[in-house]
Amino acid sequence: MMPYQLFWGIFLLPLLSFVIIALFIRPFVKPESKVAGYITIAAILTSFALSVWGLITVLAAPGHEVAVPAISWAVIGDLRINVGIMVDALTVVMLVVVTGVSSMVQIYSQGYMQGDPGYHRYYAAMSLFTMSMLGLVLANNILFMFVFWELVGLCSYLLIGFWFHKPSAANAAKKAFLVTRLGDFGFLAGLLALYRAAGTFDISQLHAMAIAGTLGGAALTWAAIGLFAGAAGKSAQFPLHVWLPDAMEGPTPVSALIHAATMVAAGVFLVARMFPLFVGSPEALTTVATVGAITAIFAASMGLVMHDIKRVVAYSTISQLGYMMLGLGAAGIVVAHEGHVTLEVAKAATAIGMFHLFNHAFFKALLFLGAGSVNHATGTFDMRLMGGLRKVMPWTYTTFLLAALSLAGIWPLAGFWSKDEILLTALEARPALFVLAIITVFMTAFYIFRALFLTFSGEYRGGAVPEHGSTAHASHGAGHDAHGPAKPHESSKVMVVPLVLLAIPAVVSGFWNVTGGFSAFFGHGETRGFIEGLFEPLTHPLPWGALALALLGIFLAYAMYSKKWVSAEKIGSRFKPFYTLFYHKYWMDELYEGVIVKKTLVNGFFALLQKIDSKGVDGAVNGIARGAIAGGRSLRRAQTGQLQLYGLFIGIGILAIVIFVFMIG
Amino acid sequence: MNFGLLIPELSLAAFAIIVILLDLFIEKKVVLAVVSIIGLVVAAFFTVALWGIQPGTIFGGLVAIDNFALFFKLLFLSITGLVILASADYVSKFSRFRGEYYALLLISTLGMMLMAAATDLISVYIALELTSIPLYVLVGFLKDPKSSESSLKYLLLGAVASSVLLFGMAFVFGFTGKTHLSQIASAIQSASLPMASAGPGLIFGMILIIAGFGFKIAAVPFQMWVPDVYEGAPTTITAFLSVGSKAAGFAVILRVFYSAFGMPQWLGMEWGIIFAVLAAISMTLGNILAIPQTNIKRMLGYSSIAQAGYLMVGLATVGVAPPADILGRSGILFFLAAYSLANLAVFIAIIAISNKINSDDIADFSGMIKRSPGLSLALSLGLISLIGMPPAAGFMAKFYIFSSAVNHGLLWLVIIAVVNSVASAYYYMRVVKTMWVGEPASLETVPSSPALKVALGISCIGVLVFGIAPGLGIRLAQLATDIFKF
Repeated sequence: MMPYQLFWGIFLLPLLSFVIIALFIRPFVKPESKVAGYITIAAILTSFALSVWGLITVLAAPGHEVAVPAISWAVIGDLRINVGIMVDALTVVMLVVVTGVSSMVQIYSQGYMQGDPGYHRYYAAMSLFTMSMLGLVLANNILFMFVFWELVGLCSYLLIGFWFHKPSAANAAKKAFLVTRLGDFGFLAGLLALYRAAGTFDISQLHAMAIAGTLGGAALTWAAIGLFAGAAGKSAQFPLHVWLPDAMEGPTPVSALIHAATMVAAGVFLVARMFPLFVGSPEALTTVATVGAITAIFAASMGLVMHDIKRVVAYSTISQLGYMMLGLGAAGIVVAHEGHVTLEVAKAATAIGMFHLFNHAFFKALLFLGAGSVNHATGTFDMRLMGGLRKVMPWTYTTFLLAALSLAGIWPLAGFWSKDEILLTALEARPALFVLAIITVFMTAFYIFRALFLTFSGEYRGGAVPEHGSTAHASHGAGHDAHGPAKPHESSKVMVVPLVLLAIPAVVSGFWNVTGGFSAFFGHGETRGFIEGLFEPLTHPLPWGALALALLGIFLAYAMYSKKWVSAEKIGSRFKPFYTLFYHKYWMDELYEGVIVKKTLVNGFFALLQKIDSKGVDGAVNGIARGAIAGGRSLRRAQTGQLQLYGLFIGIGILAIVIFVFMIG
Repeated sequence: MNFGLLIPELSLAAFAIIVILLDLFIEKKVVLAVVSIIGLVVAAFFTVALWGIQPGTIFGGLVAIDNFALFFKLLFLSITGLVILASADYVSKFSRFRGEYYALLLISTLGMMLMAAATDLISVYIALELTSIPLYVLVGFLKDPKSSESSLKYLLLGAVASSVLLFGMAFVFGFTGKTHLSQIASAIQSASLPMASAGPGLIFGMILIIAGFGFKIAAVPFQMWVPDVYEGAPTTITAFLSVGSKAAGFAVILRVFYSAFGMPQWLGMEWGIIFAVLAAISMTLGNILAIPQTNIKRMLGYSSIAQAGYLMVGLATVGVAPPADILGRSGILFFLAAYSLANLAVFIAIIAISNKINSDDIADFSGMIKRSPGLSLALSLGLISLIGMPPAAGFMAKFYIFSSAVNHGLLWLVIIAVVNSVASAYYYMRVVKTMWVGEPASLETVPSSPALKVALGISCIGVLVFGIAPGLGIRLAQLATDIFKF
């Protein structure tokens, strides 16, 4: 049994590593030194070890929970804010995911970021991110969750814009920050509404009140939908998904950790954490499930046509996050439909969505790191310039293939098990959403194998200048010059080892629930034998259908992009309108940036304000300033009008208040 | 009369005089800065020593010594100390009167300290003028056209506001026959004052007082002077105005309205709603007009109008809440402390940067992170706090004020405030983005004196401490507003 104090250590170690790097290493150590990376890796590996130990402890603990005494943080009148951590099945599963993927990514980054001038800054931000993410997971208080929620957003902003000299990266960072804040506004409103209704921020108390029914009705629905808006922003759900594909401007390990495995999953985690509240509101559950299903198919359709391998994987991430939301929402609908929901039942219902999160984290991180490895060899993310890498990069190819099979949901790899459960639950809850989800199965298999064949089969098509941004590369691209675009080769050991280590869970993580173990951990009773569980799905028609669709997708990709039996161009022109629609991402960027931001806000509203300010207020100042040198002279000038106007405003203001008061009073 | 209670003010006044006298003999003006700092530290020491003392009054009840006054005195002394430290490089811009600069700052601080302690309309007015007159001079200290013009504007509009204030006080005196705050309160509550006939006149007086103080705190529609004066004044004085003058205004409003007009409940409701509406307008207008600004000082001027709006959410809460409720009052104190630290961090960083690049244009801050990582980080931290993002102090401060407002039925106002906070991220983050993402015009580093570094360090640590461990700050703010009777 792990002493409960050590749960604090999981969170504090990355914080310590951040402080050391930010305060001591970055100012005083040469950028060539790799010590910052070693400190980060050591801290996070220790956190990972503690997390695994914590997982074992919680598995053995009665009720799958460990009580950790809280510390008093701030007292505002009756409101006592305690700093505490909440350790249950949901927490430890997330802890293992975050620290596990993070440690692999940090090791990989030692190779990937070698020689980058921002090396220390990179590791400082990565440590800060891991710390914030762990804080978000551990918080027992929704206010603190919000604090860390904002911090991970900030880290994401810093890391997307890591190569800030690239305008595309800077713009992507800004876009991510602004779009997710739109969702955060909902989170904050939901948080305040909850506090107003319940008078507490404590998550366990909120759970209890929602289950007991003291918290309910419209207030609960609006609070839950507010929280979901925050979740939708972070987890890139439709219509707030637009930031995630652009976020691929960040270094690839960042994409793997933050924009695939952990931070983007925070939205799903938030919904799961507050699930007892959602279960109390059928409207909120329907919203979650519907948005999830729409996002799944919508993002997958765009993934079909992208040329950039990272963007394909990014759209895949959005789509899979949609699956998770669908899994949560549908399970909630099923549970609520059965009536009499207890806290245990509500918590157990999150197992389906969370299981997909758990599996997805590993195979998706692996796909990203694989894409990074390919970029290291070819210098590009454009699949039109790749091809034929199977022979030169056998390790990358094999691990990428395993991850792709897992994503496509091929039995018995990890992705199969969780996707199967989501489909089943969706069918039970909302057949219409099930239809969207099952079509997405086909699309998923097709787009990921399209990427695989374009990248790894056929002939090599040239490559280009590596990532790290062209200007930086020219001036200080030490360490990367060795990778010319001409001759691709397998990446160094420090990058390949994490790939192999991640491939293991990408294959086997699904087995946890073959026996029903994962669901049981979340509180849902039955377990069964491993062999029995392994073949059990094959006795039902639904998994067969899904498998058939996935295999069909893979075969079509094989036919079009490996064997070229069918010409991709022909298909493209046959379905020209769809192709154009997908390729232009449904013109949503143009809608947001062009119509809403530029036309309405910048050209319309702000321009008007600018005019008022420059012509009216500012013009007045400039007018007075011109020619006025000494106090006496400016007195004369100032008396010519503007100053009296200001004085007049005071009078008008008073008059307005008087009218307001006496009209209303 | 116990003069011991007045030691902080007396010692500060003595040091102000010493600075003026020393100025006659001493060529190295930096000595005067050191003497001023010593004066502030001495006054702060006495203030801390008086903390927790049995509340009492002096000058026949004109001035009170209680935790509320002491809290603000300490805040003003710290603000002035930080401003003087940050002025170390900046004073070289003044062609003459460097000695007077320090003395005037000290005298204005003295006025602010009395503002927080004044318990009679007469002493309120005198303290206000004592604060303002040195500021009119200081705003014009650069002696260039912009600076002189803004000084004059500030003076003339300040005089208008003063007369409006006096007019309001005359109304209140006319209807109640008293000038002492607690006597006004008892006159209003006593049966001898027929509220049906006297009520409208009293409320009219109250509105005029709000207008007069509204000028000090830069509340819309009494904010017209802010952008011009902020832009024209020496940056150190802009910093001083934006935090010191504003905090003093809130201190005096809180005491006057809570002590004199706090009861009966309907009267509190009356001014509570007025402040709520002013808050909504100030936040919205301040934030919207800040967005298109290209001059950082001007932008911060509008930002300070918006921040006054958030603070007035607290005043509205004090008005509508029952008098026993402490959260609204203490929230304002906590917010003021957090805001002062963050705004000072921002201004101090700007002083150093503008001094080097000779420009206040946001565009010229491009790539500053490469030229001066320390200053850029501090400026970013201050701006993040102004947005209200954790882990900076601004988050806790906003949260404190907003949550108590929600508790007292001002949800509509809090929704407006939260929308505003989100919108404000746009223009604050634009500065951060320019510094972090933009290309530097040159790679020359930005020098800053050790004194400025110390001031900046203190402000930043304060912002972080108030954000990460707000317990002590909240406790002090609550003690300061706990028993505040005079």
